[in-house]
Amino acid sequence: MTDPVYVTDALIAEDIDAYLAQHQQKSLLRFITCGSVDDGKSTLIGRLLYDSKMIFEDQLAALEADSKRVGTQGGEIDFALLVDGLAAEREQGITIDVAYRFFTTGKRKFIVADTPGHEQYTRNMVTGASTADLAVILIDARKGVLTQTRRHSFLAHLIGIKHIVLAVNKMDLVDYDKTVFERILLAYRAFATEIGITHFTAIPISGFKGDNITSLSANTPWYKGPALVEHLESVEIGAVADEAKPFRMPVQWVNRPNLDFRGFSGLIAGGSVKPGDPVRILPSGKTSTVARIVTLGGDLEEAVAGQSVTLTLTDEVDCSRGDVIALADAPPEVADRFEATLVWMADEAMIPGRAYWLKLATQSVSATVQAPKYEINVNTLDHLAAKTLELNGIGVVEVATDKPLVFEAYGDNRTLGGFILIDKLTNATVAAGMLHFSLRRAQNVHWQATDIDRDAHAALKNQKPAVLWFTGLSGSGKSTIANLVEKKLHRMNRHTFLLDGDNVRHGLNKDLGFTEADRIENIRRVGEVAKLMTDAGLIVITAFISPFKAERDMVRAMLPAGEFIEIFVDTPLEEAERRDVKGLYKKARSGQLKNFTGIDSPYEAPEDAEIRIDTTAMTPEEAADRIVDRLLG
Amino acid sequence: MTSDMTHLDRLEAESIHIMREVMADAAAPVMLYSVGKDSAVMLHLARKAFYPSPPPFPLLHVDTTWKFRAMYELRDRMAAESGMELIVYQNPEAKARGINPFDHGPLHTDMWKTEGLKQALDLHGFDVAFGGARRDEEKSRAKERIFSFRTASHGWDPKKQRPELWNLYNARKAKGESIRVFPISNWTELDIWQYIARENIAIVPLYFAAPRPTVERDGLLLMVDDERFPLREGEVPVDRSIRFRTLGCYPLTGAVESEATTLSEVIQEMLLTTTSERQGRAIDKDGGDASMEKKKQEGYF
Repeated sequence: MTDPVYVTDALIAEDIDAYLAQHQQKSLLRFITCGSVDDGKSTLIGRLLYDSKMIFEDQLAALEADSKRVGTQGGEIDFALLVDGLAAEREQGITIDVAYRFFTTGKRKFIVADTPGHEQYTRNMVTGASTADLAVILIDARKGVLTQTRRHSFLAHLIGIKHIVLAVNKMDLVDYDKTVFERILLAYRAFATEIGITHFTAIPISGFKGDNITSLSANTPWYKGPALVEHLESVEIGAVADEAKPFRMPVQWVNRPNLDFRGFSGLIAGGSVKPGDPVRILPSGKTSTVARIVTLGGDLEEAVAGQSVTLTLTDEVDCSRGDVIALADAPPEVADRFEATLVWMADEAMIPGRAYWLKLATQSVSATVQAPKYEINVNTLDHLAAKTLELNGIGVVEVATDKPLVFEAYGDNRTLGGFILIDKLTNATVAAGMLHFSLRRAQNVHWQATDIDRDAHAALKNQKPAVLWFTGLSGSGKSTIANLVEKKLHRMNRHTFLLDGDNVRHGLNKDLGFTEADRIENIRRVGEVAKLMTDAGLIVITAFISPFKAERDMVRAMLPAGEFIEIFVDTPLEEAERRDVKGLYKKARSGQLKNFTGIDSPYEAPEDAEIRIDTTAMTPEEAADRIVDRLLG
Repeated sequence: MTSDMTHLDRLEAESIHIMREVMADAAAPVMLYSVGKDSAVMLHLARKAFYPSPPPFPLLHVDTTWKFRAMYELRDRMAAESGMELIVYQNPEAKARGINPFDHGPLHTDMWKTEGLKQALDLHGFDVAFGGARRDEEKSRAKERIFSFRTASHGWDPKKQRPELWNLYNARKAKGESIRVFPISNWTELDIWQYIARENIAIVPLYFAAPRPTVERDGLLLMVDDERFPLREGEVPVDRSIRFRTLGCYPLTGAVESEATTLSEVIQEMLLTTTSERQGRAIDKDGGDASMEKKKQEGYF
C-alpha cells in the first residue's frame, strides 16, 4: 500500500504510539452513497474498504473465490461482493436495505450508509441520508444524468445534506474522455439549480480501476479537482456547524441519585453552554441558570453540540423528559399545528385524521395528519393532488398535535425539526417528517376560560359525568343495550344523553361516507360532542361500531381519566350475521355494500375494555344492569 | 471551540444517548455482559451515561461454565466496582445433561448461549437487553438496527425491522415483545481498542501476551485453562506466548501467538494483522458465510 493517503501504515510498524496519538485526533464524517446496482456503488464502497485496509486476508481469500464463482467482473476481484450482506440479497444480487460500513484514512474515520437506488426504496435512502453530512451521487459515465440521478439528488437535498458529490463513475469505459465528463456536469448543474442545490463537487472516477479515488489519476490529466477521498477528508462536519447555533438540549432523562442532586441529561442539539449561562425551559418558559456540567471525568467548563452531558441548574424548576433547555434569549418556538414534509414508510397508506404517535427529539405526543396539500413526484418533481400517501410517497401536510411541541424548522435544526410517526396499534415507524413552520391558527385561537366550569355543571346535577362508549360489530346489540341503560339511568334521576350512530349520520355527520378516513372523522366529531356534554355534566351513552382501536383511544384521551368507560359488546361475527337485524350482512356478502365491518373492513376488538358483555351468555337486561352497577357502584 | 471533537468523542456521545433513550420506554432493561473487551467498553459507557447515578439496570452474564478462569475473576470485580447487580444465569438443562464443547459441538453454543439467553430474559421478564454487537464484525450485522426487535419467542425477522432516522429510536413494543439494543453498533474493533487505551478501561489479561499452556487442534491454538480439557492421544500442552483477540468458551476460542504485552503493542498487532477478528471463533464456521445471520434468526445474539 504505497498510496499517499495511507502512508500511516509505515508509522504503525515503526512507531505505534506516534500513530495512535495521530489517530486519536481524527474526526468523524458520515456519508451516503446513492446509485443503482449498475452504477457501481457497491464496487466503489468495496474499493474504499479495500484501499483503506479494512479487508483482511481471510476475507480477501473468500472474496477471490466468490469473485470466480458468482462475480460479475469476469473472474477479476468483484468488490461488490464485499458489501452485499444478507443471504437473500446476495442471491438476488441487490442490496435491499441500509447497511453501514466503516473505513479510516490518515485524517478521518468514515461511516458510510450504503443505500439502494431502486424507486421503491426511497424509504431506505431517506433513512441512510438522515444521519449523513455528505452524499455521493453516482452516475454511470456511459448513461449520464438519469431519472434516478434526479431522484437521489432531490432526496439528498430534501433531507438537508449540504455537501453533494457527483461521482461520474466508469470513466474507464468511456476512455477517460473529458467531453463526456463535461457534458454530464453541464446537464447536472442545470437540474441541480432547478431544485435548489447551489453547490456540488463533480469528480470523474473509476471504482473498478481505482481512478481518482485515493489519489489523482494519470488517466485524467485534464481533471484539476480533488480525488474523492481527499474531498471526503476536507468537508465541514455538520455537528461542527451546529456549534454556532443558539444553545438547545432536549432532556432525555432526569438524573436523581439522591435528594441533593438533580441533573438533566441529554445530547446537545445546538450551540454551546457554560456554567452561569441563563437558560429557559420549554414549553413552560421558566428561566434558570446553568450551575454545573457534570460528567464522570469531572465537571466541564463548556460543552458543545454533539456532546452527551448532564446539567444542573441553580433553581428548583420543573423540568422533565421531553422538555428542552435553551438559551434564555433565543428559545425555540412552541406550537401544536405545523406544516411539514412527510415521507411515508409503511405498506399501509397514511390515514388522514387518524391519531399516530409523533416522536420529535425526546418529545412523544399524539398527532393527526390532514390529507396532503400535494404529493411530490420524485422523478418529475411535479406537485400532484393526493388524498393520502402510499409507501415511499412524499407530500406536504398539516400536522396537529394534542400537546404543544418545542420545535425549530428542520432547515435550522435537524434534531428539533425531524420527527417520526408511529402506528398506535402495530408500533411500526410509518413516516419520517420535517417541520417547516407552525401554522398561525393554533397561535391565535385561545381557550376561553368560563366562570361556570364542568365541576359546577356536574354538581348541580348531583352526578359524576361519564361517557359509556359501546363498541362492537353491526348487529351485536349495542343500541338495544344502550337504550336499556339509558332508561334505567333516567328512572334513577340521572341526566343522560344517547348518541346513536345512525342518528348522528342524519345530521351532524351527514357529509361523511364510510371510507376509513370518513369513519375516523365520524368518531372524532362524536368524541368532541360527547366531551362537550360531559363538560355540561351529562352521562353520555354512545353506540357506534367504532372499529379502530386508534380512534377509541383518541376519544379516551380527550376526556379526564376515568370518565371514558369502554363497553365491548362481544358478539361473534357468525352470531351477528345470523341475527342480521337490518339485513346489512346479506347486502355486504353480495357485494352491494362496501367497507362493511367484519366482512371487508376490519374490526379491532378492544383488549382491555372496562366492561365486556358476552351477548351469547347474558340477556340485554342483565347486561344493562351490570353496566349501571359498574357506573354507579 | 470544541470543534475538535474526535471520532471517539462522537461515538461515545452517540452510545450514551442511546443508553439514556432506552430508559424512556423500557420497563425492565438489562445489560448483557460477556466480560470481553466490548462488554468492558459498554459497562464503562453505561457508567458515564448515568453518572452520578449508578446505571439503572443489572448486568446479566449468560454463563456456559466454560469461560476462561480469568474472565470470571474480572466479571466479579467489575460488578462490585460499578455498584450494579450481577445476575449469572446457567441453563439448568445444559447443566444437568453435562453439555460441553468437547462432546457436543454446536449443541454447546445452542443450549448454553442461545437457549440460556432466552430463558434468562423470560425468567426475569427483561424487555430490553443491551448487547455489544458491532456492525463491522460480520456482513449481516452491517444491516442490523441499533434497536432490534424480537418476537415473543425471541425471533429476528430481517424484513420487519423499523427504519431508524436521525437519532430517533422507536422503542414501542407489544406485550411479550422485546428489544435488543446495540449502543456500540458504529464502533470498529480499532475504536474499541483506542477507547480502552484512552479511558484506561480494565480488560481480561488474556488479551495480552503471556506464556500459557496450549495445544494445537483442528487448526486452532487452544489454551488448556483447567483440568477439564481432555487431551487427545499424543497431545502434550506446550507453553507458548499467546494472547486472544476475542474471548468466549476457552475450548472454542483460538489464540494467536504473540509478543504483545501492552495495549499499544496489541493495537499495533491488530493493525498489521491479516486475518479478521471472528476467524478465531469456531462458531462461525458451520454453514457457510451466512451462518451468523442464521444464528441471529434462531435467537443467538
